[in-house]
Amino acid sequence: MSYIAKSPWVIHYDGSSCNGCDIEVLACLTPMYDVERFGIINTGNPKHADVFLVTGSVNEQNKEVVKQIYEQMPEPKVVVAVGICACSGGVFKQCYNILGGVDTVIPVDVYVPGCAARPEAIIDGVVKGLAVLQEKRDNMVKGIDAPAEEPEAAAEEEKTEEGGEN
Amino acid sequence: MIIKMIISIIAYLILAPFVGGILAGLDRKVSARMQGRVGPSILQPFYDVLKLFEKEPITVTKVQDFYVMIFVIFVIASGVIFFAGGDLLLVIFVLTVASAFLIIAAYSSNSPYAQVGAERELLQMMAYEPMVLMTCIGFYMYCGSFAVRDIIVGTSMPFLPLIGIFIGFLFILTIKFRKSPFDLSMSHHAHQELVKGLTTEFSGKTLGLIEISHWYENVMLLGFVFLFFANGTVWGAIIGVLVCIVTYFFEVLIDNSFARMKWQFAFKSAWIVALVFGVINIFVLYLIV
Repeated sequence: MSYIAKSPWVIHYDGSSCNGCDIEVLACLTPMYDVERFGIINTGNPKHADVFLVTGSVNEQNKEVVKQIYEQMPEPKVVVAVGICACSGGVFKQCYNILGGVDTVIPVDVYVPGCAARPEAIIDGVVKGLAVLQEKRDNMVKGIDAPAEEPEAAAEEEKTEEGGEN
Repeated sequence: MIIKMIISIIAYLILAPFVGGILAGLDRKVSARMQGRVGPSILQPFYDVLKLFEKEPITVTKVQDFYVMIFVIFVIASGVIFFAGGDLLLVIFVLTVASAFLIIAAYSSNSPYAQVGAERELLQMMAYEPMVLMTCIGFYMYCGSFAVRDIIVGTSMPFLPLIGIFIGFLFILTIKFRKSPFDLSMSHHAHQELVKGLTTEFSGKTLGLIEISHWYENVMLLGFVFLFFANGTVWGAIIGVLVCIVTYFFEVLIDNSFARMKWQFAFKSAWIVALVFGVINIFVLYLIV
C-alpha cells in the first residue's frame, strides 16, 4: 500500500500565463472546490512537492526556472500542464520568444486544456496525475528507472469551444 | 514504582505519535470547517508523513540529517523525562537543546529561506523561554518540587493559585504549536513569503521525522496543561484531559482568526505577558505560600 496518491502536495508555477489559469488554480483552494479534501496542499516549496502545476507557455527566459523547479522536486513527481498555453503554446505559440508548451522543456504527464482551464478540469487533471504518481512510485520500488518518457496524454477534454483557436 | 515509570514511558513512546497525529488531523478538519470547507480526512497527517517516507531522499548537506536526528531524539527524550515523572527543569532544557539542533540544521543548509526561518525560530525561542521557566518556578513554589511525579499527586489543583501562569503558558503555547499569529518560522499554512521557513531545505524522510517530533512535542506540551489540573484524583485527571482538548480547540480558533504577525509583536507581547501574568502570579505565590 502506497500513500503517495493520498497526499499530493502541489507547487504552482506561472510560465508566461495571462493569469487566467493561475486564478483558476487558486480557485481550487477556495471553499467552493476545496482540494484539501484529497489531501492536496499548495506548497511554495519544490522540495516538498509531488505535483508540479505549470500554467502558461515556456519562454526563453523562464525555461531554466522551470527546469530547476522540476529538478529540485524529489521523485516520484508528476507534471501537470494547466491551460492550452502550457499544453501547446496556445495563442502565443508564434511569438519569437516562446518555446511552446511545457513539454518542450520537461516531461509532462497530464495535459489539461482550456482557456482558462476550469477548476473542475484542474482537479480532474491532478487526480489523473495521481495514477501516474502511483505508477512511478511502483516503478521506483521495483527499481526500474523512470519509464522512457511517453506521457500518457490523459487530456480530459473540457468542452473546448473557447480553447480551439490555435 | 519503577515498573509504573517504564509503563508510562513505553505508553508515551507508542501512543504520543498517534494522539499527536490525530490531534493534527482534527486540527485540519476543524480549521476547514471554520473556513466553510469540507477538509481532509482525520488521518491525513498520517498519510502525509507516510508519503514523505516514500519519497526520494534529497539532502543539501549530509550533516543536516544528523542534526535533525538529534533534534528528534531530544524532543522524544524531553517527553520521556516528563512522562517518567522527572524534573520539569530538565524537561524544558532538553526541549531547548532540541530546538537549538533544529535551528543548526536549518542554518547548515545555507539556504537563505531556511536561514531567515532559523533566525525567526531563535527569536521565538527568546520570546517563549521566560514564560516556560516561570511555569516551572510556579509549580515549584506551589508544590514544593520540580518533579512531575510529586506535582501530579499534589493534594490540590495548582490551577487557581497559578492562574496567571496558566494564562501566560496558553499564550506561549500558540508559539510552540506554530499557530498564527506566531507561526513565523514555519507554518502548516500556505504562507509563502519564506517558502517554508525553517523546513525549506528538508524533504522526504527528514521532513517526516520533523513532523513526527512535532506530534511528540505537542502531546508533551498538553501534558504541561494537564499538570495544572492534576490533584491525584480521577476527577482532576478528567478535568485535565478536558481542558487539554479545549485548549487545543482554542489554539485552532486563534490560528484561524489571526493573520501572521511580525516578530517584533511576537517578542514584545510574549515578554509583556510573561512579565505581567507570570511575575505577578509568582509574587502573589511568594506572599501566600
